[in-house]
Amino acid sequence: MSALVESRASKRAKAVALWLATFLLMAVICLPGLWVVLSAFRLNREILAKPPVWVPEVLTLLNFGKIFGWGEQQIGIPVGAYFTNSLIIALTSTFIALAIGMAGGYAFARYRFRGKAALFLGLMLFRAVPGIALSLPLFMMWSKLGLINTKAGLIIVYVSLNVPFTIWLIDGFFRQIPLALSEAAQVDGCTRWQAFWKIEFPLARSGIASAGVFAFLTSWNEFALASQLTRSTASKTLPVGLLDFTAQFTIDWAGMCALAVIIIIPALILTFIVQKHLIAGLTFGGVKG
Amino acid sequence: MIRALTTRRAETVPLLLLAPALITMLFVVALPLVFSLWTSLTPYQLTKPQTLYTFVGLRNYIRILSDPAFWIPFGRTVLFLTIALNLEFAIGLGIALLINKITWGQRSLRTIMMFPMMFSPILVGFQFKFIFNDNIGILNNALQSLGLSDQAIPWLVDAKLAMFSLLFAEIWMSTSVFAILLLAGLFAMPRDPLEAAKVDGCNAFQVFRHITLPFLMPFAYIAMTIRSLDVARAYDIVKVMTGGGPAGRTELLWTLIARTGYDNSKMGLANAMAFVSTLLSILFTYYFYRKLITARRFMGGVQ
Repeated sequence: MSALVESRASKRAKAVALWLATFLLMAVICLPGLWVVLSAFRLNREILAKPPVWVPEVLTLLNFGKIFGWGEQQIGIPVGAYFTNSLIIALTSTFIALAIGMAGGYAFARYRFRGKAALFLGLMLFRAVPGIALSLPLFMMWSKLGLINTKAGLIIVYVSLNVPFTIWLIDGFFRQIPLALSEAAQVDGCTRWQAFWKIEFPLARSGIASAGVFAFLTSWNEFALASQLTRSTASKTLPVGLLDFTAQFTIDWAGMCALAVIIIIPALILTFIVQKHLIAGLTFGGVKG
Repeated sequence: MIRALTTRRAETVPLLLLAPALITMLFVVALPLVFSLWTSLTPYQLTKPQTLYTFVGLRNYIRILSDPAFWIPFGRTVLFLTIALNLEFAIGLGIALLINKITWGQRSLRTIMMFPMMFSPILVGFQFKFIFNDNIGILNNALQSLGLSDQAIPWLVDAKLAMFSLLFAEIWMSTSVFAILLLAGLFAMPRDPLEAAKVDGCNAFQVFRHITLPFLMPFAYIAMTIRSLDVARAYDIVKVMTGGGPAGRTELLWTLIARTGYDNSKMGLANAMAFVSTLLSILFTYYFYRKLITARRFMGGVQ
């Protein structure tokens, strides 16, 4: 009897420990981001206050107005232009990478050909070149070709950055679709091309979309290459723009926090949408023969 | 003869499909790497364009390989990555086992887990620069308000503390890659071997050591491969948080490359360093990729 009670008590202790550990974990993951978000709505003088102000007196949208140049108070950083650049560059490079990646992923998933494994590995190894190392020759080449400080220049780079990973993911999604389905369609008179668009593409659509989201975020978040290949409002992206704030003598923490929120929000929403497919794509893709 | 013809025709389709990918990679990665290799064999400086055509052989390589100013950041980078990757694996495994145990709200927890992975590294750097700031950072403010410390701790100014802060940011950002993939592994795990082991009298640790862990290894190697593809993202974090300072004490290979190439405009030297760092990254990735293939083969198509 007492043994039974004891085991129940130890079970409860275990449950509490589990709960505590989870709580702690979530706190470490969430609090830093939440603190930045909260600070984005505070006044800069309150952030700088000594002794610290723990409970904000006012929550304001002033910082957002300031960085976009809406209110009376303005700062000299063209965040609006950076935002447009980021959006154009990330969207364009994602669509091109998806088109190239779909063709490549389909080839890896559905065909046998010589040197397949080596080619796949080769693509991965290309992706492994550190951004800053790659930026040196690209900086010199793009200067010669007139691609420096242009959106097109950065788009080309991001396409190649995204292609290997997109192929990995999309290959995985196509593999999960039974070959018999497309064969059946071909028996019924479809060409392989039609079978692809009528059968395989609709089935892999959500997976392809999540590969697209991943590519979008890679471009949206990239810094090492963008910081060297862009110079002005013609092509600078948001992550590079964030550093504009630190170049000044006093750091505008509130402004930086507001800009950080602008960069985070699309990432969070998109992650939320695709999380399930992304995991499936990564674990089942690529290397299975 | 006919057979050979059909296989050849069968091979043109996939190669055609792969052509755009190959052309992009050749133009934007392979060609620049060749150019980078050539530049690394010249004393090229941005301020003296004609130096691009002076061939000096391996002089740049000999110079960096005999220079402690290169080896110290190099060693620091390797150490940084070793500590970060091992801790990320260990913590990620712990988190995966923890979330696997939880039945209520598991899905939400998993979603939250993924968020740091999607943060821009530059944002992670900024976030922790803000938190670790010695003057206005929440960490020092909290420690002082709670009376745990009577003076501001120089998190990003003291060399050792700065390394710790950088590691913390790096691990915060990337542990979820391991956690998510290992959790996917735990979900995919068949129940039968576990039951059988328990019937045969294995204790919890033995089950974990001999059944769970081997099953999870392919997933760990996927995570390792993905991580080794983008280890250089740590550059962004260091660039924002410390800029390689104080006095070069947190300089990693990548910040050294940027400083040599862009700030000092010694492109030849910087390209030599970049080539060494590229080889390092490729070796890392190749190693884990091979491991992944072997582990998969060893599992014999379980999944």
